[in-house]
Amino acid sequence: MSEEMEGTRPATDEATHKEQQIDDNVISPEKAEEVKLKARYPHLGAKPGGSDLLRKRLQKGQKFFDSGDYNMAKAKVKNKQQLPAVTPAEKAEITGDHIPTPQDIPQRKPSIVASKLAG
Amino acid sequence: MAGAGGGGNDVQWCFSQVKGAIDDDVAEADIISTVEFNHSGELLATGDKGGRVVIFQQELESKNQPQCRGEYNVYSTFQSHEPEFDYLKSLEIEEKINKIRWLPQKNAAQFLLSTNDKTIKLWKISERDKRPEGYNLKEEDGRYRDPTTVTTLRVPVFQPMDLMVEASPRRVFANAHTYHINSISVNSDCETYLSADDLRINLWNLEITDRSFNIVDIKPANMEELTEVITAAEFHPNQCNTFVYSSSKGTIRLCDMRASALCDQHSKLFEEPEDPSNRSFFSEIISSISDVKFSHSGRYMMTRDYLSVKIWDLNMESRPVETYQVHEYLRSKLCSLYENDCIFDKFECCWNGNDSVVMTGSYNNFFRMFDRGYRQDVTLEASRESSKPRSVLKPRKVCTGGKRKKDEISVDSLDFNKKILHTAWHPQDNIIAVATTNNLYIFQDKL
Repeated sequence: MSEEMEGTRPATDEATHKEQQIDDNVISPEKAEEVKLKARYPHLGAKPGGSDLLRKRLQKGQKFFDSGDYNMAKAKVKNKQQLPAVTPAEKAEITGDHIPTPQDIPQRKPSIVASKLAG
Repeated sequence: MAGAGGGGNDVQWCFSQVKGAIDDDVAEADIISTVEFNHSGELLATGDKGGRVVIFQQELESKNQPQCRGEYNVYSTFQSHEPEFDYLKSLEIEEKINKIRWLPQKNAAQFLLSTNDKTIKLWKISERDKRPEGYNLKEEDGRYRDPTTVTTLRVPVFQPMDLMVEASPRRVFANAHTYHINSISVNSDCETYLSADDLRINLWNLEITDRSFNIVDIKPANMEELTEVITAAEFHPNQCNTFVYSSSKGTIRLCDMRASALCDQHSKLFEEPEDPSNRSFFSEIISSISDVKFSHSGRYMMTRDYLSVKIWDLNMESRPVETYQVHEYLRSKLCSLYENDCIFDKFECCWNGNDSVVMTGSYNNFFRMFDRGYRQDVTLEASRESSKPRSVLKPRKVCTGGKRKKDEISVDSLDFNKKILHTAWHPQDNIIAVATTNNLYIFQDKL
């Protein structure tokens, strides 16, 4: 990885590397942005734009329901006598707690309130 | 450059009206998702994320104020779509109105098509200003009279009443789209219309809801090979056999329905050649076309991609005839715009009535107009600060680096949450409707 190497490179190579970056800036701000992005996310797909993004777009709105997690959550509710609280601090992936139970799945929520544009 | 742009170099845009709540706490349902004038410009429809449609009507010019064009006031509002859950596919179907398209008026009633991700509906909006009175068997409040009390007969007559505007769903076009509908377009034959989703385009007859014809299908046999999706589609304004659709790769295909039943083979392919040395990770994303609109003349079409607006001559596929930079200063911000998802924002664009000026939105509640004839452009802002009645809008300028002049705003100060995605231009006059997140601004040129 070029990022790891930078610290150990001799001074002259580092200077040319920086020059290269400045050149890229002059040639294309887009390429400079790409360098920034790759630095932050080195594992970002080789395919530019590509199928991952497209497939994510096609799957918009998909909610996943796992009956195993649902039954576990139901069992937990019975034991604890309360719904497991979701606090922002708990970012750990404990799916049994966070998968929605039927009570949580949004009901058909008709927008009873009139649009504020008409107000 | 005060007053530059917008139908001649002496047009000055003034604030006219603003609709919607003032408070900053925006409920998701109030986010405006589409704006559309009808064919005469008398009606202006908006759709929102909550599935509601609000229609405004322009008041007739009063004799007292001949210098002012009529104001737009609420004419009708109704719930067009409700949220749904597809249990079979575990899919939540949003009620958000993606597009509204008006049908040309044929009789006293008005008709529009509104669509969410899956279902298109034809709505009839009609006025009632008379009601029958004087029934023999019914009281005025509707209760039935005892027939034995009726001693004389009378003929019921229509009496004037307060105007009531009713919206009723006349057709529901459902179950024809596996993917999310992004466009609808009424054909110039006024009998058919198309609906486009990410991978397919269907042709409908306005009268028939249980059948639609698939006219474009770009779904690959193996979904792993998916490389592009359909982003927008529109029928030609006067050639009923012609339509175009744009893609996420920046191409536009023109199809002729006379050539074959399935228009997978395009008649024309519009694509600007790309300089391979300039290619970056972002190239394809920012080349994705978010909107395509034919000119009123039908000779040109306009496309909007992330950073620019391009005008194409239908007779020339090799490259656009005009390119306008909307916010080129964002090219050096693409990394952060990718991280905050703004790079995927879908901006729309529109033509003025005589195709001489085009308009599109940007960030910070800025919107841009490009005058094709005078080669001028202007940046204006839709904000509460400049919303005194008939106050002239001051052109805005974004400073890209170095010294910032007094009235300029620097790129880093732009508010990327304030985006103008939807704008509309009155079909004849210089009246524009600009939607911010939850407010609708109406601007007019100074008369």
